[in-house]
Amino acid sequence: MEPPDLAEVYAMKIRIKFRKYGNLKFIGHLDVQRFFQKAVRRAGIDVAYSTGFSPHQIMSFAAPLGLGQESNGEYMDMEVNSFLGSKETVERLNAASVEGIEILSAKVLPEHTKNAMASVAAASYTVRFRAGREPDFDWKSCLPRFYLQESIPITKETKKSTLDMDLKPGIYELRLCQDAIYMLLRTGSAENIKPSLVLEAFLDMHGEQLKENALLITREETYMNIGTEENRQLVPLDEIGMESEAIAATDSEAGYE
Amino acid sequence: MSKLALSDDILLKIEKPARYIGGEVNSVIKRKEEVDVRIAFCFPDVYEIGMSHLGIQILYDMFNRMEGVWCERVYSPWIDLDAILRKEKIPLFALESQDPIKDFDFLDITIQYEMCYTNILQVLDLSGIPLLAAGRGEDMPIVVGGGPCTYNPEPIADFFDLFYIGEGETQNEELIYLYRKCKTEGVGRKEFLRRAAQIPGIYVPSFYEASYNEDGTIAAFTPLEEGIPATIVKEVEMKISDAPYPLKPLVPFMKITQDRVVLEIMRGCMRGCRFCQAGQIYRPVRERDVQTLKQYAQEMLRNTGQEEISLSSLSSSDHTKLPELIDYLIEDCSKNHVNISLPSLRIDAFSLDVMSKVQDVKKSSLTFAPEAGSQRLRNVINKGLTEEDILGGAALAFEGGWTRVKLYFMLGLPTETEADIRGIAELSNKVAATFYDLVPKEKRINGRVQIVASTSFFVPKPFTPFQWASQCTKDEFLDRAYTTKKAIMEQLNQKSIKYNWHEADTSVLEGVLARGDRKIAPVLLKVYEKGAIFDAWSEYFDNEKWMQAFKECGIDPDFYTSRERSLDEIFPWDFIDCGVSKDFLKREWQKAQREEISNNCRKECQGCGAARFGGGICYENQN
Repeated sequence: MEPPDLAEVYAMKIRIKFRKYGNLKFIGHLDVQRFFQKAVRRAGIDVAYSTGFSPHQIMSFAAPLGLGQESNGEYMDMEVNSFLGSKETVERLNAASVEGIEILSAKVLPEHTKNAMASVAAASYTVRFRAGREPDFDWKSCLPRFYLQESIPITKETKKSTLDMDLKPGIYELRLCQDAIYMLLRTGSAENIKPSLVLEAFLDMHGEQLKENALLITREETYMNIGTEENRQLVPLDEIGMESEAIAATDSEAGYE
Repeated sequence: MSKLALSDDILLKIEKPARYIGGEVNSVIKRKEEVDVRIAFCFPDVYEIGMSHLGIQILYDMFNRMEGVWCERVYSPWIDLDAILRKEKIPLFALESQDPIKDFDFLDITIQYEMCYTNILQVLDLSGIPLLAAGRGEDMPIVVGGGPCTYNPEPIADFFDLFYIGEGETQNEELIYLYRKCKTEGVGRKEFLRRAAQIPGIYVPSFYEASYNEDGTIAAFTPLEEGIPATIVKEVEMKISDAPYPLKPLVPFMKITQDRVVLEIMRGCMRGCRFCQAGQIYRPVRERDVQTLKQYAQEMLRNTGQEEISLSSLSSSDHTKLPELIDYLIEDCSKNHVNISLPSLRIDAFSLDVMSKVQDVKKSSLTFAPEAGSQRLRNVINKGLTEEDILGGAALAFEGGWTRVKLYFMLGLPTETEADIRGIAELSNKVAATFYDLVPKEKRINGRVQIVASTSFFVPKPFTPFQWASQCTKDEFLDRAYTTKKAIMEQLNQKSIKYNWHEADTSVLEGVLARGDRKIAPVLLKVYEKGAIFDAWSEYFDNEKWMQAFKECGIDPDFYTSRERSLDEIFPWDFIDCGVSKDFLKREWQKAQREEISNNCRKECQGCGAARFGGGICYENQN
C-alpha cells in the first residue's frame, strides 16, 4: 500500500538563491538541476520526495540561464520535511558545492506560493561587448535613442516560421552603466526576451550585426511581479520568503520515513 | 578555479563543453609547488564513457593519496574539438589543472577494448608526444599502458614506454619511488626504463625483441639485456578488503553512461567460461569483506549524493555474503531514496525476489546469457547454464509479473554447427512458450511476452582456452546470423521474438588486434594517418580505411583471425604469466573439443595455477 501524498500537505517550501560564475557557465540548465539533486543529498538536507514507484525530489528551477552566461540571481525551490534554518542550510550547501556555484540565501516561502518557474516575470542583466567585438559605430551615445523609440519592431525567427513582434513593451529598463549595458527584460514562459535579441535589434537599427559570440552576459537578478499586469511591481524572487530558524518535521510526516 | 585551456569561443562552439572544464565534485586540486610527480590518467574515449570507468576512479584516488603526487584526468576530445585542436594547434590538456599533457611526468592510459587503439594515437598526437616510444626525448612524459588489453600488449608495444601488467594497486608506488630516485640521480629516461623493467609486473617493450619463423609465427621472444626478466608475472592485489577504494568518487556535472556509485564486491570469477578473458586474468577470485562493503556503500553515497548504487563484479551471485549485503542495502537505501542496480545476477528465486524489491517489474526486463543455443555447445564453452535453469528462471519471473526477457548468445563459437545455431531460435521459442503456457490470457499485462535475442560474434582472446581457436571470417559470421534469423522466423512464437545481431567488420578487426603481434603497429599508424579515430563508435568506424591500411602494410588479417594455430605455437603474449598456466588452458581447450565441462573453483579445483598467489577462493575452505 502506498502512503498518502502527505508531502503536499506538510512539506515546507524553501527558496534558494545562488550565483553561477566562472568555469561553471559552461554547464547547462539540466546539469545545474542534476548538480543540486546531488548537492542537497551531500548536504544532508531533508528534501521531500514525490510518492510513487520512482520518487523524485520536489524541486523547481526559475528561468533557465543560457550556456556561457553567468548569474548573480538564480533561484531554485525545493520542498523539505524539516528545515535546518537559513544559515545552516546555506553553509551546508556551500560546503557540498564546488567553485562556480555559490549559495546566497535559503528562505522559507509562505504556503501556496507559486513555484519559482511559474513566478518569474522579469530578469535584469549586465551585458558587455567582448574586447574587439564592439559595434563599429558609437554605440554608447546611440543607445538612449534606441530605447526612446515608441516601438521596436523585430522579426523573430523560430524553428518553423518567422514572427513579427514589438520588443519595446518587454524592455522594462535599458541604460548605460559605465562600460556595460544594464537591462531589465520580460522573462518567463510567455514572451521571454533575451538580452541578445535586444542588442541584435539595436545593432540592426544601425545596419550592423552582432559579431560572433560578441556578448558577455551576466544575469543580475530574477524578479516576480507582486503588482498587477498593468501596474507592475517587480521584486526579487526571494523577497516574499523569510529567513528562518530550524523547523522540525511534523510527526505525521516522520511516520513515513 | 583553473584558467581553462580552451577559449570561450571554442567552448561555446563545441558540443557539451562540460566535458573539458573539470572542476567536478570530488576532483582533486593540489598546489603545484607541493607536487613533484604529475600523472595524467587517460581513458582513450569520450568523457561520458571514460568517467564511467571504475578503474580510473580507484587509481585516481590511490595516486592522489600519495604525498607529492598529483593525478589528473584526460579523455579523448570528441570529433568536433579534435578538429579544432589540430587546426589551432592547441595542445591536449588535463582537466584539473588545464595544463598541457606533454608537461606531465607520466601519461597513464587504461586500455579496456581493442577498438580504442587509434584513440591512443589521437591522445598522444594531440598532446604533442611522438607516437613511437623510440622517438621520445628526455622531456616527454613516460607513457604507461594498463588494463585488460595489455595482456597482449604487442600490437601497441611500439607506442608505450612501459606497460603495467595486472592490478594497479600494487606496484605504482614503487614505480614513482624509482622515478624520483632516477630524477635525483639524473640518470635519464633509458636508465629509468631499464630499472623499471625489474619491478614485478612492469614490461618495457624496448628491451625485448621478437624473431619470426618463415610462416610469420614467432620463433623466439627474448630480452635484449642481462637482468631483464624473460617472463612478466601479472600483479594481483591479494588484500582486496584493505586496498584503497575511492570513497569520494568524482561526480560529473553532465550525464554520463554509468551515473551512479559503483561498489566492486569482488574480483575474479570462479565459473571458467572458456571464451571469457576476464574469467582467467583476474584469478584468483577474491571477495571484499561484507562489513567493509556496507561501510563503503554508506560513505560513497554520502560523499557523492548519488541516487543509485550498482554492485560490480563478474558474477555477483557467487559472492558468499551477497544476501546479507543486499538486505542491508535495501534496508538502508530505501530509507534514503537510493536505487540499487544489480547487474550480473544469476536468475533464480533469490535474485527474482531481490529484483522485485528494487525494480519496477512491469518496466524492467530479465537478462539471461546462455551464450550458446544448445546444451552441447554450452558444454563446449563451459557455460554452466542449462535449459532447465533458463526455462525455470523464466517461469518464476513470468509468475512474478515480468514480461520482457533478453537473451544473449554468441555466434561463431568453436565446433558450432547449424543445429547449435537453430538452438538459439528454439530456446527463444521455448521461453516464449513458457509464458503462454503459464500465464492465462486475462493476466497478460502487456498482451504478449517480448523476447529479445541478441547475438555477438565470437572473438578468441589471449589467455583463454579458446586462444588456439580459429575465428570465423566476415562471410561466415554473416551466414550464421542469417541462419539464426531464418530459424527464428520459423518458430511458432516468432512474433514475440526480436532478433539483433552485431556488426561483423568490427569483430574481425577486434580479432586481429586481440591476437596480433608487433607487426600490427605499422597498420595502426597507417590507419590513424588515414583519419581513423573512435572506431568503437559505429558512426565513425570506417572498415575501408582499415582494409587499405592492411594492404599497404602487406599484412594479411586472416593470419591473425581465421588461421589454425598449432598447440605448440609461441604466441605473442606468451612472455606474460597471467596467473593461469598455458598447460591448464591447453587442457581446457582439449576438454572443450570433447564437450566436457569443468566444475567451478568452489566445487572442484581445476589446478589452473592461480593458487600460487596464496589466497582468495583457492584457500576458501582451508581456514
